Amino acid sequence: MPEVRFHIRRFDPERDAPGTARYDDFVVPYEESLTVLEGLFYIQEHLDGSLSFRYCCRAAVCGSCAMYINGRYRLACQTNVRHLHSDVVTVEPLPHMPLVKDLVCDMDDFFAKYEYVQPWLQRFTPPPEREIPQAPEERRKLDMPIDCILCGACYSSCPSVWTDPEYLGPAALLKAYRFEVDSRDEAGRERLPRWDNEHGVYRCHTITNCVEACPKELNPTEGIQWLKMAAVRRRLFGRKK
Amino acid sequence: MPHHQLIVVGGGLAGLRAAIEAKAAGLDVAVLSQVHPGRSHSGAAQGGINAALANHPEGRDDTPEKHAFDTVKGSDYLADQDAAIQMCSDAPGVIFEMEHWGCPFSRYEDGRIAQRPFGGAGFPRTCYGADKTGHYLLHTLVERAYERRVTMYVEVFVVDLVVDDGRCRGVVAYDMVRGGFHAFTADAVVIATGGAGRLYGNTTNAIISTGGGAAIAYRAGVPVKDMEFIQFHPTGLRTTNILMTEGARGEGGYLINGEGERFMARYAPKAMELAPRDITARAIQTEINEGRGIDGKDYVYLDLRHLGAEKINERLPGIRDLAIHFEGVDPVEEPIPIVPSQHYTMGGIDTDVDGRTVMPGLYAAGECACVSVHGANRLGGNSLLETIVFGRRAGAAAAADINGGGAGGGDPAAAARAAVAAVERRVAELADRGRDGEDPYAVRAEMTSVTKEHFGIFREEGQMREGLARLERLKERCARLGLRTTGKVFNLDLMRTLELEGMVDLSLCVARGALARTESRGSHARTDYPQRDDANWLKHTLAWHTPDGPRLEYKPVTLGPFEPQERKY
Repeated sequence: MPEVRFHIRRFDPERDAPGTARYDDFVVPYEESLTVLEGLFYIQEHLDGSLSFRYCCRAAVCGSCAMYINGRYRLACQTNVRHLHSDVVTVEPLPHMPLVKDLVCDMDDFFAKYEYVQPWLQRFTPPPEREIPQAPEERRKLDMPIDCILCGACYSSCPSVWTDPEYLGPAALLKAYRFEVDSRDEAGRERLPRWDNEHGVYRCHTITNCVEACPKELNPTEGIQWLKMAAVRRRLFGRKK
Repeated sequence: MPHHQLIVVGGGLAGLRAAIEAKAAGLDVAVLSQVHPGRSHSGAAQGGINAALANHPEGRDDTPEKHAFDTVKGSDYLADQDAAIQMCSDAPGVIFEMEHWGCPFSRYEDGRIAQRPFGGAGFPRTCYGADKTGHYLLHTLVERAYERRVTMYVEVFVVDLVVDDGRCRGVVAYDMVRGGFHAFTADAVVIATGGAGRLYGNTTNAIISTGGGAAIAYRAGVPVKDMEFIQFHPTGLRTTNILMTEGARGEGGYLINGEGERFMARYAPKAMELAPRDITARAIQTEINEGRGIDGKDYVYLDLRHLGAEKINERLPGIRDLAIHFEGVDPVEEPIPIVPSQHYTMGGIDTDVDGRTVMPGLYAAGECACVSVHGANRLGGNSLLETIVFGRRAGAAAAADINGGGAGGGDPAAAARAAVAAVERRVAELADRGRDGEDPYAVRAEMTSVTKEHFGIFREEGQMREGLARLERLKERCARLGLRTTGKVFNLDLMRTLELEGMVDLSLCVARGALARTESRGSHARTDYPQRDDANWLKHTLAWHTPDGPRLEYKPVTLGPFEPQERKY
């Protein structure tokens, strides 16, 4: 039976000092449809029950299983081993993130920054009885940012995040962009100070690692540059568009 | 130990909506979820959410009453008509509220919410955001929960209830990040843990859809209802069973067999591909069984090519991505190989229209609950609706009961400590057996294969008896399970071993209910009893936990304005 070797970075907070790099190898039966996530489950069920990783939908929509696989940011569920063209599958947690255990990293800062940009629709006029009208061309502006699954790949890949722990990072700023461009939102001016500063949009040096890392093929860099222009427009003209 | 007035178990659409409602009523609310709420399985829903908004040009005459009729007819008349009417009348209001909270629905030129046709519906009434409606609704509610400062305990895995003097007073949970079992006490608890698709080996559902909350309530003495009704979605990807939305057919997609025919003409000449899911899934399975699968194999095609790249990219971009990534097929160029796949648990914790169960202080909402609005077969677009309508109602009812003094009272600390100690004893026993105990993954693998093979789309007495016997042996093996991993942090082995017996318990409810029901209704299709039998079986199955397995009882269906008749589409 064909086989493939999984080379997995391990970290156990109960026995390893922080920063320890320890790897274990496992041999997994190979079939054409094998995904990296299925390989991890095979290991957890049959070879080493102590292996830890996040999972949920296995269909690339929940954002749980972003990992660093053969040197690239990928969702484990969406990565077919066949497409790696390698006898070895090297699986590591998202780089530059604190670790909880094995492939599970600590997402607390990531979600704190998400919350900081106030990612919820805000209006000051009372809602109509039915829907708030939105023209299709206005709605299309949301197409890109609303597909974010908050997997953290972009955040982990961003050198500006590595060097400025207070930098909001690509995912939170993409969320800020999502509300800035929503024709229904009325709190652009109130939200502005949260990202119009040195730990906000100006910390993005358009390195575009986030664009390359995003498993949903989104473009956080573009959203952030749009926010920079929006900040200038607001300062010069005091209005949104 | 942490105490909140209301604890909501599960951070998907139903749980978040319940929490937001209770918070608005002034309660201190906490959501406990084994994943970050934004990762819940609600986010995998694709096609849309039903409400009679009458926005579609062909839907101007739509009304909540007509929506309720379609729901009841789709249910093969097993839905409680008062509940279906309640859901459909609440629908427009909750959709507008979701829109006001920011949900990015697709739009018509005049700015109104767009709607598409869906199976079993008399009018195009399914509101959608491309083919990612669940993701958009879920993120909207996550955002609102942050705005309302709902307390969230993330990566906390609930394993049992705290019951004090017959009242539900909290839960016992495994803290996945810090380790250990802890009690969270409350005046009331809402269970919103989703469906049990993972009982089956061929499911569209997320890996965490294991029926945990329903199993916990069942073991605590709350009956589960109509568990034999398992929905098979007509179109799961052949290799992975990943969902291909009904919206693909709503937008005009064809089902094609090995002979190149649109075979639905033989099964539902008027509705064609937009017949309800039970009928469409049976049609596909019949084609496959009779040798008319593609190349005589066990799948057929979902063909979207005639829709063109532009429409596919605008309306079904997610479907295209999934087919490319997971099946290696671009729907613009090639037809998609699909198989019917387990998709939805119509049954669940027995509740009323406000989420109340037989246990004071315990509420349930969403797929883990059974009100019942779906009866024997759920219509596409009604499950997202159910989560929001009944999540809201359960949150409101729990708040009213707590504020009115009808829940809580006394100090549950002693009961909570005893519940934690009981879980710790159970874990110690599992760990003592260790590798000498039964392999939980062998038991799980056999269970998911028995359900699929013996309680699938078509059912028959002999085959089900054999399946039931195998499940009963698995239940005995559950008493000897061994836990091989004892680490404190993110111990998947611990969680997956602890939840297994509950999964076998629910499988037994499916099996016993299906074997007892000597008729065919909705998703429950018996080759030995092919007709619906209203004289004897227009009633709900209730399964109560006993040491000897489920004890079945029945209760009448609430009828109403819609007289049961033969379903034709």
